Amino acid sequence: MSNEATGNGGQALRWLRRTVALPYLWLLLFFLAPFLIILKISFADPIVAQPPFTPLLEWGAQGLAGLKATFENYAYLFQDGYYGIIYLASLKMAAIGTILCLLLGYPMAYFIARQSPRRRQILLMAVILPFWISFLLRVYAWIGLLNNRGVINEFLLWLGVIDHPLTMLYNDFAVYLGIVYSYLPFMILPLYANLERHDHDLLDAAADLGARRWQRFVDVTLPLSVPGIIGGCLLVFIPTVGEFTIPALLGGADTLMIGRVLWDEFFINRDWPVASAVSVVLLLLLVVPILWFQYLQRREQDAGS
Amino acid sequence: MKNRSLMLMTIVAFGYALLYVPIISVIVYSFNDSRLVTLWGGFSLRWYVSLLSDEDLLGAALLSLRIAIVSATFATALGAIVALALHRVNRLRGRLLLYGMVTAPLVMPEIITGLSLLFLFISMADLIGWPASRGATTITIAHITFSMAYVVVIVRSRLAAMDESLEDAAMDLGGRPVAVFFDITVPMLLPALVSGWLLAFTLSLDDLVISSFVSGPGATTLPMLIFAKVRLGVTPDINAITTIIILLVAVAVATAAFVSGRRESAGLRGVR
Repeated sequence: MSNEATGNGGQALRWLRRTVALPYLWLLLFFLAPFLIILKISFADPIVAQPPFTPLLEWGAQGLAGLKATFENYAYLFQDGYYGIIYLASLKMAAIGTILCLLLGYPMAYFIARQSPRRRQILLMAVILPFWISFLLRVYAWIGLLNNRGVINEFLLWLGVIDHPLTMLYNDFAVYLGIVYSYLPFMILPLYANLERHDHDLLDAAADLGARRWQRFVDVTLPLSVPGIIGGCLLVFIPTVGEFTIPALLGGADTLMIGRVLWDEFFINRDWPVASAVSVVLLLLLVVPILWFQYLQRREQDAGS
Repeated sequence: MKNRSLMLMTIVAFGYALLYVPIISVIVYSFNDSRLVTLWGGFSLRWYVSLLSDEDLLGAALLSLRIAIVSATFATALGAIVALALHRVNRLRGRLLLYGMVTAPLVMPEIITGLSLLFLFISMADLIGWPASRGATTITIAHITFSMAYVVVIVRSRLAAMDESLEDAAMDLGGRPVAVFFDITVPMLLPALVSGWLLAFTLSLDDLVISSFVSGPGATTLPMLIFAKVRLGVTPDINAITTIIILLVAVAVATAAFVSGRRESAGLRGVR
């Protein structure tokens, strides 16, 4: 970060300063501009045409005089209780999925952080490895397992635990399972990073003062790991709210999640302005958790450097 | 106390089982002779053989590979530049905006990214006549945009851990900046560039949602084809594809770990 002034280094930095314009423009065009467009279309009227919405700004018209905005799409979202229910259902499913992930991920991260450095490496690797295999295919794998005639049911029938197959697929249970399965690494990694840094002297001190094991956990470890818990939960919660693949493959007809509804609104109903309004509202719902997450990231980075 | 650690062990074992049982079951059933997915009909390679004559599938796989290689390469180059600029340039103009734009894709719902990019491509076609039709090119652009964010994260963490004195020394000895960049900085960043490229490659190969939005008629990627098939339930040939992909990924990850491990130790030896 230092040598901005020195001759040679300055030259390199000038080169970097110029070159960064390329990815900068790229992001402005392919990341920022699309959002402005989606915002624009969410205020447009739907028409039967290609593209199926009225132009908000007539190009060539005198500036903003040509602005034709309508709040109808948003009014539609709020009047029609359907969407409200779906947003709430998505938030609920994401929240429950996140909590289930935490309940499984915390003990795993705790366990890993207490192993010898070599075993830690292996156990962490084993958590990350499935992440490299296609998400779609891993979710698909559950269809074969959860089926009425699937591996789990056949096994339980064979054991004699059940006498008729359990319905485990195409319902909310399958979606929760899919969420926990897919996002478990995102929960474990920040938790592990936090738990591994804990100062063991604190636990020893608590033990010397007579605290039992469970008490030491509740009074020392748990409070210290709160940043890791928040980080992991946000990392699971944020993508889960808008999740499409898991409810589409594992959910039932009554599993309402906004990602799936948005998909249908777009590909089946072809109502693009409503689809845009749906995504703008989804983003607004996610703004708080996203900003919270970015704040935590930045604090982490400041602490690191 | 013993009970408690037994409970912990059980939970941990359950967690790992959850991560691996689905993958293992797909691999096992890919060798199943029976068309009925759950009935074991004996060992067979018939699903692998039938893949070879499935032209739709081979076409989709080739298209996905092509898109993944091109987009990973561009994403790595652009992402590395962004990471370097964020890390090295003081008082970068518009730094906050750049930082925001490059971290946002990490947390953006894919479905919104896909929808918004599609609208951009349609508006651009309206305005400047490009892209005239959507397909491999638009998918590649979309993939570069979101995987760049992951490359930036990886390269930045490497930069934060890197020793800058080597570069300074090379500069002091009169090395031209561009030469220093390619002779010193790039080799030092190489492990991060390799893992960034691999991550971008996997993300691209795996993407269903964004590709579905920005694709056009005639351009079906492998995940799009697989999704259309598995929506109707389990099909044995998808088990075979999954197994092949798992094998490829395993080889790639092992190679990457081996290469970066060796580079790292080689680098350390060089410093000593």
